[in-house]
Amino acid sequence: MADRTFKITPLIWAGFGAILFLLALIILPLMALLWRAETPAALGAADLAAVRFTLLQATLSAGISVALAVPVARALARRRFFGRGLLITLLGAPFILPVIVAVLGLLAVFGRGGIFSEMLGWIGLPPVHIYGLHGVVLAHVFFNLPLATRLILHGWLSIPAERFRLAASLGFGPRDVARVLEWPMLRSILPGAFMVIFLICMTSFAVALALGGGPKATTVELAIYQAFRFDFDLGRAALLAGVQFAMGAVAAGVMLWVSVPHAMGAGLDRTVERWDDAAGWLDALLLVVAALFLIVPLGMILIDGLPYVLSLPTSVYTAAGRSLVVALMSMALSTGLGLLLALLVVRLQRGAVLVETIGYVTLAASPLVIGAGLFILLFPVVDPVALALPITALVNAAMSLPFALRALVPAVREVEGTYGRLADSLAMNGWVRMKLVLWPRLRRPLGFSAGLAAALSMGDLGVIALFSDPDRATLPLQMYRLMSAYRMDQAAGAAVLLLGMSLFLFWIFDRGGRADADV
Amino acid sequence: MKTSIFAAGFCAIATMTIAETPVLTVYTYDSFVSDWGPGPAVEKAFEEVCGCDLKFVGAGDGAALLARVRLEGEHTKADVVLGLDTNLTHAAYKTDLFEPHGVTVDFDLPVEWGDDLFLPYDWGYFAFVYKRDAITDVPANFKELAASDLKIVIQDPRSSTPGLGLLMWVKAAYGDDAPTIWDGLSDNIITVTKGWSEAYGMFLEGEADMVLSYTTSPAYHLIAEQDAGKAAAPFEEGHYLQIEVAGKVALTDQPELADQFMAFVASDAFQSIIPTTNWMYPAKLPKDGLPEGFETLITPSKPLSFDQEKVTENRSKALAEWLTALSK
Repeated sequence: MADRTFKITPLIWAGFGAILFLLALIILPLMALLWRAETPAALGAADLAAVRFTLLQATLSAGISVALAVPVARALARRRFFGRGLLITLLGAPFILPVIVAVLGLLAVFGRGGIFSEMLGWIGLPPVHIYGLHGVVLAHVFFNLPLATRLILHGWLSIPAERFRLAASLGFGPRDVARVLEWPMLRSILPGAFMVIFLICMTSFAVALALGGGPKATTVELAIYQAFRFDFDLGRAALLAGVQFAMGAVAAGVMLWVSVPHAMGAGLDRTVERWDDAAGWLDALLLVVAALFLIVPLGMILIDGLPYVLSLPTSVYTAAGRSLVVALMSMALSTGLGLLLALLVVRLQRGAVLVETIGYVTLAASPLVIGAGLFILLFPVVDPVALALPITALVNAAMSLPFALRALVPAVREVEGTYGRLADSLAMNGWVRMKLVLWPRLRRPLGFSAGLAAALSMGDLGVIALFSDPDRATLPLQMYRLMSAYRMDQAAGAAVLLLGMSLFLFWIFDRGGRADADV
Repeated sequence: MKTSIFAAGFCAIATMTIAETPVLTVYTYDSFVSDWGPGPAVEKAFEEVCGCDLKFVGAGDGAALLARVRLEGEHTKADVVLGLDTNLTHAAYKTDLFEPHGVTVDFDLPVEWGDDLFLPYDWGYFAFVYKRDAITDVPANFKELAASDLKIVIQDPRSSTPGLGLLMWVKAAYGDDAPTIWDGLSDNIITVTKGWSEAYGMFLEGEADMVLSYTTSPAYHLIAEQDAGKAAAPFEEGHYLQIEVAGKVALTDQPELADQFMAFVASDAFQSIIPTTNWMYPAKLPKDGLPEGFETLITPSKPLSFDQEKVTENRSKALAEWLTALSK
């Protein structure tokens, strides 16, 4: 690719525009807070402890999620069984649940009165004590193991069927396949998957606190809350948000630097068939355990809420409609930005890591600081409340951008690496190239990232906590309102509605992207 | 055809009236304006008498509400801010954004009210709530609770109003001995949550024996769910008092309407809405008294509170003690 000249096309310009826009979204709110700060900002010893705990739990959570996801993804990639498609779709579920719902679902299984503790009681063991660092990690693995599995599964499915054919004809056993085909793929996929999950866990706050068992589990995001709400120290909130960004940027930079793009070469897009049949029972066991770990807490959420779904007040359904619009807006924005950035990253000879890092670091944004910062910026000009929904969609889009990048950058890189020269030699550019070369091969990652962006936006309470419009509540906000009005049962019903809608959105787009997968 | 002309005329007139209707903007916390809070009923009742459009704007909870008002500063669109509590009034006072409300009422509060800047509209006590059938030995004070095996879930004072309430409660009851109490409680606290909803949800799911809430919480279960199974534990030390207040914004462009609204807040029409929507005690008892079921609630022997100037000072100290005790 090095000999190709770098042409600045309109798409590249748009990519640079997207990067500037993201930088503005990250930096301007911080500046606004610093500008409005009444006292000079400083950090204390407690903040250092928060940084330490944040890094520790995020590293553990991401490491364990990814380590467990590898065998699960491999099992999913090489087995065909009834319900496989459903399982893959359900893998999206925990991740898009509102935090509070997921925590209650997990506690129904692993809590003091949960079914796991009950089962331990049958054999005379004391109930599990979930609260502590292990609880935080368990919850984060519950959230992110499925996501990691999906990301890694993409990697497996990107190995062309022809390679496995060749491997089989060369008499490769499972070890050889792992060494020659699978390891290089993992080498390029795992750092990114680790990083995305690390970033998600880094900004976790409600989960870390609820399952961490007390103020030991103080994350940087919680320290930001304290600075903003408890002390109204805007400078400190901005400073902490800056620290959080820096942590995210370093993590993203390191991982991108470690990551090695793999060159598997092109295939004919055939369905993968495997001949290196290894330990079928092990795969089966793995899949059953992983599925139970995900499905039982989800099942408890369903059991809790299903009876109330149909008797929900109309205002909840109206809110659901509003959330749907926000989700679709966010999806379009996120996928568009993701594609522009992916094209830019792949074309750039220098600075690609920087560009990609900026794309990822939005995940380390503090919703509270972005919300407050945007509020300060917008307030003198327009009524921020009137813009609550578009802002939510925008920030949600930025926050789901890393997933789009995770899925799109390797895909674009591979397409360009494999077909780029041919396309160049045919002078295929612009829309023709997009339609004939990129689109067919980007459908799957595009569908996945669109689905994820829509679903994530559906369940996100977002930045609008500070300036929500009472008459324009989103579904998660309406769910929280039910809860704060003691109506926990109806809130559980709303949670099921939310889960159903998010999963449906995810499924539709993801399915759309995989339409050709099973031919 | 005639109807459409009529409709067009009607619309024109309707638009004109809307254009001429003054708007009173009231900032409040989010649960006040939700469909299940007092907001809708209050709006209807006030609009019947004011000839105005009452517009509620919601912002998180009490602390977020104050943060929002401080962010907006003197350019705030709020005419009235409703929903600050006694832990926040001192900080609100220092913003210089509010002016005396001028309403004189003989409040039914457990303490004297001498603040002419903020008008109380409801109040309640923090308390630990439990399920009657799950606990036989109900602790009568913090020391008994600390000595018991009971598991409690509380809220983080840094992110939650009740969480801060508990912090101040222990501080008000025990002063310099507060760290000892927190030490003793640390093995009872199974976890600390971001907000009230998480904690209360966990309690209802059976994760904890007791949850930090209000003495009025059992009234919701009794009145709305016909469930008499929840109760609040009376503590001998007394209970920390939360008084929620409204304040008139000094630079309002609707001073008369704001005054009218402040007077309305203290009136029967507003006060009678509060008990079964906000699940708190009205600041001024309505003529018909409290709704049936409220008589079953515990009445704490001693209301605890701090002087407003002491709140900020005690708050930081108490938080540091709390963090130290629970981080061990």
